[in-house]
Amino acid sequence: MAIVVNGEERAVAKGSTVLSLLRELGLPESRVAVERNRAIVRKADYPGTALSDGDRIEIVTFVGGG
Amino acid sequence: MDTPLTLAGKTFRSRLLVGTGKYPDYPTMVRALEASGAEIVTVAVRRINLDRSRESLLDHVDPARYTLLPNTAACYTADDAIRTCLLAREAGMSNMVKLEVIGDEKTLFPDTEGLLAAARTLVKEGFVVLPYTNDDPIMARKLEDAGCAAVMPLAAPIGSGLGIRNPYNIRIILETVKVPVIVDAGVGTASDAAVAMELGCDGVLMNTGIAGAKDPVRMAEAMREAVSAGRKAFRAGRIPRKLYASASSPADGTFF
Repeated sequence: MAIVVNGEERAVAKGSTVLSLLRELGLPESRVAVERNRAIVRKADYPGTALSDGDRIEIVTFVGGG
Repeated sequence: MDTPLTLAGKTFRSRLLVGTGKYPDYPTMVRALEASGAEIVTVAVRRINLDRSRESLLDHVDPARYTLLPNTAACYTADDAIRTCLLAREAGMSNMVKLEVIGDEKTLFPDTEGLLAAARTLVKEGFVVLPYTNDDPIMARKLEDAGCAAVMPLAAPIGSGLGIRNPYNIRIILETVKVPVIVDAGVGTASDAAVAMELGCDGVLMNTGIAGAKDPVRMAEAMREAVSAGRKAFRAGRIPRKLYASASSPADGTFF
């Protein structure tokens, strides 16, 4: 199925979760925050949040700023 | 002994808050942060780089050593700022935010209407809100009434280095609110930071003034000393300004 991660389309396997997506992308679970279709996914919910076709995922972190 | 800077019950020895943007490279930033003595450093919230081959800020700034203060830079609406703060809290596990709602790309002046609306919502959501605002005492009072933990009036436009354009308004803000007043934005050099502290401000927040200097590490040290000197001068109580001279040496006992 196809989802959009940080504005880029991406194919993921059926049954994927937020946690499996982070692992697939090689991203840490700490110091990131994840939104699924504009709703924040709490860290505790990463394993149990299944992804659906067409989901829009935002993964953010801290960068340099003033 | 000076009292520490207190923000929502947390105390900080350093009254200089610094940004982490615009440095030529990470090693320079790391050394500048150290030289500044800052305990609070601001960060922005952005999409993570999916190409993990590049270094990230958090490889260099240790959250165990520095209190990260996420900002809402580039947010032009209250909704975007609130969304950014919710994400920042989830990523950082802290509820303290530097709230910015920007009104205009050219000046980066705050949109205080959106700022106040966002501040009210975020305070209700349990955030410790430090708002970047105008040097407007009325807005400062409204932000305090909304429950903000400090007010952060600009000295001059962000990144302008123009210094404190309206010291009289800053003074009135200091008389108007009880929460800490932190001058945020516009500081160009050490004397600007000293002036802010001499006025009685509780702290100074800067980024470009340090990161944009030819030697950011040296400037960071200068800013640390300026904030410290300005604070001491404020606490010492300066002499009144007078138009004419008053001799420092006795008039009596002259032999000529």
